[in-house]
Amino acid sequence: MSYLYDTLADLMHLSETHELPVWEIVIRAEMESTGETREAIEGEALRRVQIFKDSVVNGVEDRKRTMSGMSGGQAHVLLEHTPRLLSPVAYKALTYAIAVNEANAKMFRVVACPTAGSCGVMPGCMCAVGEEFEMDDAAFLRGFFTGAGIGNVITNQACVAGAVGGCQAEVGSAAAMAAGAIVAMLEGTTKQVMNAVALCLKNVLGLVCDPVAGLVEVPCVKRNGVYAVHAFSAAEMAMAGLISQIPVDEVIEAMNRIGRALPSSLRETSEGGLATTETGRRIAAQLQDM
Amino acid sequence: MSSVFEIIGPVMIGPSSSHTAGAARLGKMARYIFKEHIERVDLTLFGSFAKTYKGHGTDRALVGGLLGFDAEDERIRDAFKAAAKGNLQYQFIESSEEGGHPNEVRFDLYGKNDYHMSIVGRSLGGGRILVTNVNALDVEISGEDYTILTFHHDCPGVIAAVTSLLGRADVNISTMKVFRKRKHCEAVMLINTDSPVEASVMNEIQKNKDISSVMYFEPLEKAVTE
Repeated sequence: MSYLYDTLADLMHLSETHELPVWEIVIRAEMESTGETREAIEGEALRRVQIFKDSVVNGVEDRKRTMSGMSGGQAHVLLEHTPRLLSPVAYKALTYAIAVNEANAKMFRVVACPTAGSCGVMPGCMCAVGEEFEMDDAAFLRGFFTGAGIGNVITNQACVAGAVGGCQAEVGSAAAMAAGAIVAMLEGTTKQVMNAVALCLKNVLGLVCDPVAGLVEVPCVKRNGVYAVHAFSAAEMAMAGLISQIPVDEVIEAMNRIGRALPSSLRETSEGGLATTETGRRIAAQLQDM
Repeated sequence: MSSVFEIIGPVMIGPSSSHTAGAARLGKMARYIFKEHIERVDLTLFGSFAKTYKGHGTDRALVGGLLGFDAEDERIRDAFKAAAKGNLQYQFIESSEEGGHPNEVRFDLYGKNDYHMSIVGRSLGGGRILVTNVNALDVEISGEDYTILTFHHDCPGVIAAVTSLLGRADVNISTMKVFRKRKHCEAVMLINTDSPVEASVMNEIQKNKDISSVMYFEPLEKAVTE
């Protein structure tokens, strides 16, 4: 019996046929393809979850600016502020995602998820949900493997690098992984996981990658926070029973097509968008003389 | 399908898998290939490495790697201080030339008695790397496999001799490539294997009269360089 999957439809089918949740199929596929034991795989996943948590703490506590001076200390500002619009858990996800991305910009240890530029979204969401609902390791493993399975499909069927598919591929994939992970942590159904992914990715299509001065800071750091909240919206809709009219694999395919149609100036070359605004150029010139 | 740990990973020091994690791995690979104690190193940066290395911490990551730090080692952040402590002298040279790849670096490493080695490598993205040139010879070392490189005379029988030695040692070859400069001239054989190769087998390979030298590398994460 094989648990290997290429598409999210495969994962959904395996999940329904075996009456097992998505995360369990992903663990079994990992055991099958690598020959590793369940203990080894879960142990490595928990080591990475711990790095998620450590990177949140590092990002919130370290108030220094980055080498470029463009970011740093913003998660701490959010922590001191009392939210007026977002729910406590959504506000926490916003804060934590920004914290992780700030930690990344300041050369702390992070887990690329799926990339370094988007490393805040899934850890931010998972740590916020885990804390808010006082969840144990088992819940984090549900989230980890569900997110990993989603990311695996997007990586192999489409792309996750900003240089290939723009930010929709990078932060978009991170948010889609996070949306599925949150639903799994809250023990939602397989259908809810898939709808959360589809609704999440659909609403980030077309987002370009135009970092100022070529660094993973502006707009990346705050964008990680914004898309953590976006993942919450998608997960909430899916858990309320809303469905995506476009099946999830087709959304992924559309993302891939859109990404490859983007001009190279909007795919991490810093030759367009925010990077070439008057201020963006000025910052880049200042950094060049540093 | 990839491993889940390639999707949620690598574990790394930020900010960029290509400009930071890949740079650290390149530095560590250069240290591993050089083998001797490094006294000083000139690092020539090409393309995007040359343009954005300060903001991405590429410089710290390269130096950290040369000190033997892994891509996830938090000491990378303070690699310059560690280099001063370890008496490693380094200088960065920003090349305006186009390298062979957007993220490329050349290490000119110097050891005792001015022993010198020149190593060129690329950061391919996601922390993956490829060393493409060692002492002006084209090679391909990814640091992900067990890799054997032979520098030999292009003549019949060399490839068969090496592969049969590996076969007898029960070592399976996963990929293999042979390049040569010209017919009957200097040639390079690149062999990746599924399992480690014993030193005794490497010695046997080295004994072949048509092989001038041979190099063997373990995957970077398993290699002991400290």
